[in-house]
Amino acid sequence: MFHWLEKNPFLFSVGVFIVIAFAGLVEILPNFAEASRPIKGLKPYTVLQLAGKEVYKKDNCIACHSQLIRPFKSETDRYGKYSLSGEYAYDRPFLWGSKRTGPDLHRVGNYRTPDWHANHMWDPKSVVPDSIMPAYKHQFKNVADMKTAYAEAVTVKKVFNTPYGDEIQPGKAAFEKYYKTIALPEALKIAKAMKNKDVLAMVQQGKIPEIVALVAYLERLK
Amino acid sequence: MQSSAALEYDYSVAKLYMWTAVIFGIVGMTIGVLIASQLAFPELNYLFGEYGTFSRLRPLHTNVVIYGFTVSGIFATFYYSAQRVLKVSMGESKLLNGLGYLQFILYLIAATGMVISELMGITASKEYAQMEWPLDVLIVVIWVLWGVIMFGLIGMRREKALYISMWYYIACFLGVAMLYLFNNMEVPTIFFSGGVGAWYHSVSMYAGTNDALVQWWWGHNAVAFVFTVPIIAIIYYFLPKESGQAVYSYKLSLLSFWGLMFVYLWAGGHHLLWSTVPDWMQTMGSVFSVVLILPSWGSAINMLLTMKGEWNQLTENPLIKFMVLASTFYMLSTLEGPIQAVKSVNAIAHFTDWIPGHVHDGVLGWVAFMIFAALMHMATRAFKREIYSKSLLEAQFWIQTTGVVLYFTSMWIAGITQGMMWRAVDEYGNLMYSFIDTVSVLHPYYTIRAIGGLLYLIGMFMFAYNFLMTATAGRKLEQEPQFRSPMA
Repeated sequence: MFHWLEKNPFLFSVGVFIVIAFAGLVEILPNFAEASRPIKGLKPYTVLQLAGKEVYKKDNCIACHSQLIRPFKSETDRYGKYSLSGEYAYDRPFLWGSKRTGPDLHRVGNYRTPDWHANHMWDPKSVVPDSIMPAYKHQFKNVADMKTAYAEAVTVKKVFNTPYGDEIQPGKAAFEKYYKTIALPEALKIAKAMKNKDVLAMVQQGKIPEIVALVAYLERLK
Repeated sequence: MQSSAALEYDYSVAKLYMWTAVIFGIVGMTIGVLIASQLAFPELNYLFGEYGTFSRLRPLHTNVVIYGFTVSGIFATFYYSAQRVLKVSMGESKLLNGLGYLQFILYLIAATGMVISELMGITASKEYAQMEWPLDVLIVVIWVLWGVIMFGLIGMRREKALYISMWYYIACFLGVAMLYLFNNMEVPTIFFSGGVGAWYHSVSMYAGTNDALVQWWWGHNAVAFVFTVPIIAIIYYFLPKESGQAVYSYKLSLLSFWGLMFVYLWAGGHHLLWSTVPDWMQTMGSVFSVVLILPSWGSAINMLLTMKGEWNQLTENPLIKFMVLASTFYMLSTLEGPIQAVKSVNAIAHFTDWIPGHVHDGVLGWVAFMIFAALMHMATRAFKREIYSKSLLEAQFWIQTTGVVLYFTSMWIAGITQGMMWRAVDEYGNLMYSFIDTVSVLHPYYTIRAIGGLLYLIGMFMFAYNFLMTATAGRKLEQEPQFRSPMA
């Protein structure tokens, strides 16, 4: 029946490729532009929040936590309003996750405080006695990679027209300026709200630990 | 073509991949047992400081078993069987053989880079595509080299018609190439930041919902083109070879192949049910997932019927046991998947342990069993030795089968329990359980799963020992066995 095709590897491969490429074109392309639009009033992440998102990726929170509230009453009761496509417009990559060993975090900023997060990341059992989540004490010591987060902001501004202001510019000098005038004050605010002396002291010395960036990111999830 | 009896096949590259399959199998499954145990006993998170938490190790587990163990198994079987079905030896072309070695070396470098970067938490964070752009580039090179070798061998072939296994290897090559390229489209930040930040960091070309769509188009079809397509290539070669039976139906294999190619790609949307992707895509994902039963079962039934009239081999030959049970697990898994893809079922199943349960009855029962059987079959020909111990193989089979059954049954119960508890309401319509209640209740199931995984790992060690002894100390064979692999 198709025996002639099996003797012609080139045509065979072309055939396979067409058959498998088909679905992607039909399913992904038509909605692409629409799904790229942000909801009204959505601001891009600050560099500190981006650094927090990097901590979220580095310690791989998505292994256990989703950021996607499905449109069921049981979910909106538990986590808040169901998620909208436009809310994710600046999420590169998306961090929906695929497993809830722990609860959803898409609106965690609405119902947890910085000091709750600080206690929780230091020792989850101190706030949730039966928790099986590991402690992430190293986040209190490791310094957040603000440079890479800044590089990301510069890149998405240039390549994808993410609406950042003039404060985001390429180059080391622009980064230093941003770090001192914008990032550090923002971090200081978070550190104060965390009520952890060591963390506060670190930020006051001009160093931002990973936990401050992470909390800034989690606070943003609303 | 008739001169093929005189053809001396060159297994040097195949052998290298056989060893890496065994080594990565041990590493990946050991990490798997560790992280499974961490869920039951959280104290185990603190063995290696920052590098030993469940979250950091989970992608390492998946990547080592997928890209280490499984892909090594796929390359090993390809370098072994492609020569034989095309009736051409790797040794006939110094260039292709050299490229084969080069591909293996680059593969080792990429695998090492993958392990180190994931331990350090350097990740693009997309599931099963965590590697950052420098490694992505390296992987593209490895893949292109594989394509060159594959089509080089095809160009030199003496057997004009491509055997079924070759269809699947070609599809694996093309499918992964397309999916991998599109899903890993990312912009390295160092090129734009004016020298600020880490050189290996990148941002995804897609954002939010689009990123999710592309990622699960990849995530789902990586399962198609790594865990299904090449494994079918393996069973189409090794089951007929080991049993001495002809493939039951050519037409069924045709139907299954083209059906699988067409249908599989549509089904990726079932990972995004009830999410923010448009409803029509979700429904397409559901519908095509159900249709997918047809080509999947087509292949599996074709394989089972290949054993028609020769079922006695099932009791006599452990390799046949592995392969027949693998086909059966393939059927189970490809029935379970579509069930989970039905929207109302998915509302309960998604985000729960039923999903890893489903994955593992597929990969432990189908993928790994096929790779074990193929590795042993190849060992007798490549090392020209008898399999070291039949009884060890038998014991491995039963221990691992028990492990798989414990694994998926416990995860079925865990997943459905959790899914039901999340949505349970009291008489006033209030949620009945706090989230932590739905975690604590899983402890016994997590424990059972860890035990199941441990049994499977023990079987892996038995296999590794058996394989090592076969390669080094098995009784020498004078003549290449035609069908059944000889074993002591």
